[in-house]
Amino acid sequence: MAERIMMKGNEAFAEGAIKAGCHFFFGYPITPQNEIPEYMSRRMPEVGGTFIQAESEVSAINMVYGAGGAGARAMTSSSSPGVSLKQEGISYIAAAEVPCVIVNVARGGPGLGGLTPSQADYFQAVKGGGHGDYHMVVFAPASVQEIIDLMYEAFVTADKYRTPVMVLADGLLGQMMEPVVLRDWEDLQIPEKPWATTGMVSGKPQSVINSLGLAPEELENLNLRLQKKYRTIEENGVRYEEDGVEDAELIIVAYGTSARVSKSAIAKARAEGKKVGLFRPITLWPFPSKRLAELAEAGKRFMAVEMSAGQMIEDVKLAVNGKTEVEFYGRYNGAIPSVTEVYQAIIKSFDNREVQK
Amino acid sequence: MAKVTFNEERCKGCEICVSVCPKQIIHMADRFNSKGYRPAEVIEQDKCIGCAFCARMCPDVVIEVYK
Amino acid sequence: MKQVFGYPESLQTRPNHYCPGCTHGIIHRLVAEAIDELQVREKAIAVAPVGCAVLAYNYFNCDAQQAAHGRAPAVATGIKRALPDRIVFTYQGDGDLASIGMAEIVHAANRGENITVIFVNNAIYGMTGGQMAPTTLPGQKTTTSPYGRDTATTGYPIQVCEMLSTLKAPAFIARVSVHDPKNVLKAKEAIKKAFEYQVNGKGFTLVEVLSTCPTNWGMTPVEALKWLENNMIPAFPLGTFRSLEEVSK
Repeated sequence: MAERIMMKGNEAFAEGAIKAGCHFFFGYPITPQNEIPEYMSRRMPEVGGTFIQAESEVSAINMVYGAGGAGARAMTSSSSPGVSLKQEGISYIAAAEVPCVIVNVARGGPGLGGLTPSQADYFQAVKGGGHGDYHMVVFAPASVQEIIDLMYEAFVTADKYRTPVMVLADGLLGQMMEPVVLRDWEDLQIPEKPWATTGMVSGKPQSVINSLGLAPEELENLNLRLQKKYRTIEENGVRYEEDGVEDAELIIVAYGTSARVSKSAIAKARAEGKKVGLFRPITLWPFPSKRLAELAEAGKRFMAVEMSAGQMIEDVKLAVNGKTEVEFYGRYNGAIPSVTEVYQAIIKSFDNREVQK
Repeated sequence: MAKVTFNEERCKGCEICVSVCPKQIIHMADRFNSKGYRPAEVIEQDKCIGCAFCARMCPDVVIEVYK
Repeated sequence: MKQVFGYPESLQTRPNHYCPGCTHGIIHRLVAEAIDELQVREKAIAVAPVGCAVLAYNYFNCDAQQAAHGRAPAVATGIKRALPDRIVFTYQGDGDLASIGMAEIVHAANRGENITVIFVNNAIYGMTGGQMAPTTLPGQKTTTSPYGRDTATTGYPIQVCEMLSTLKAPAFIARVSVHDPKNVLKAKEAIKKAFEYQVNGKGFTLVEVLSTCPTNWGMTPVEALKWLENNMIPAFPLGTFRSLEEVSK
């Protein structure tokens, strides 16, 4: 068993990536994720990897596109305004089917916003973000240990499906320290990539990494292929965690930091006999819609708790499809809901039910 | 003794080769190729000095030169 | 008889889509010849731009990645860092490199990335229909400077070679033209030297090639060559701006 050490969330993104075999990091400074490039600038030379502080987020994502296209495990990290700049590159990467990982340690927006944690980049992450019909797999860790584990999953998923993968956290997860176990992955094996642009050495046919489809049928074929891939990922790639949903009347749906806060609030409400559970999506895309639909079918009510004006709630509502109620509790951009606030929202929800009865 | 050959199907009829030939032996043909261009052709092959000016200036790699 | 001029191996046999008389075709061939002569075709990886040369991967007989508008030097950086023993080059137009991609080219040059940049300057946006480029000449009429480029409001043509030559890191920077056979030979020499530098790990190399756009300039191909010679060369002087050997202007 590897030893337990204290680690900051941002450092965990970096070390988690290196443990997952990523030797190429391209980034640009932006708070609250600066510890990632700083850590990488120190660590990459130690592992024989490459760190480049790019001239912009735009360049950084395009360096990832180049290195990923050449077959390497490559990543970039940023925070909300910087991730907006990367959208052009992410759209190209999704279309060209280049595996890579993008970390977003989100902060409050819109615009320059603030430096405090936020979950308001949900739409951007799961609905495409850039132009065109595409998705990327989005993982949402809720602890520093999970950051490390999901960084590994992210690179494996990216290679498996030849897709960009985002690990979406917020400034709180990036900045907090927790004990972690750093594992050496036994099955760390980067798959063969015959499609990569490694040169036409020894008769290898020409590899072209490209997203241009001038002929309508050519472009439609690309999109049909992408959609088929997305259905496969939806079928096999959904991840979530449940806590006390079986007997629950009300299920809190929350991810990342909101899920941690909700967990404490749920424990408090449970202690008072309120039948409330937690449903935590670990993949935001693909969203665990099927399971939520089953729970709705079983008559459960839902409450989305988010650090935004309400974004994930739309996917919850789509999953529930009008079968039961979906409530919302959120603090907008930059504010973290307290345990007491979420607890009170839970109690209020039960009280309202009593009045209706 | 030199020779130039023109791959007529690749020719887009831009006439750059005609303009650079020091012996002025390249002309535009009266016929069309399948793209609808009048291809360049050499009519007095024996005057060719094999300078390859035409080939070097051809944007479509139509011309091969033998010496 | 022996063949003295033929089809380069590093160029696919497929005919190009360029307009009749467009000198992109000449420049493609020169790049292919240089790659052939240095025997690095199997190691070559091209980065295609957005613009007329977007389909360059259909013409160069080597691996290729297509980059977003202006981002080719960043993409090339990623490829070269991942595969340092490969020969990585970008092929970019003036809108791509000197407008939307100015940050990428300046910083790739400043890092001394060991890549080769072929910068095709024809003073206009070709693919999108003849709009004003950062290299459009003063007074030149384009579809977005219908009264002629007004320097009072749109500035002056950007001299990329001169600008990049203020940086310390680049190893080779040259401007050449392809308006006549003599200059085509010189252009070939510069392009080959740039690739040779890369093969020897000398660092960042860029060759700016003055090129024509008969369609959007509204001229015949032969007139366009003359126009290039008479109008573009005075605005963009030919020469070697940076070299590890002697510098001649």
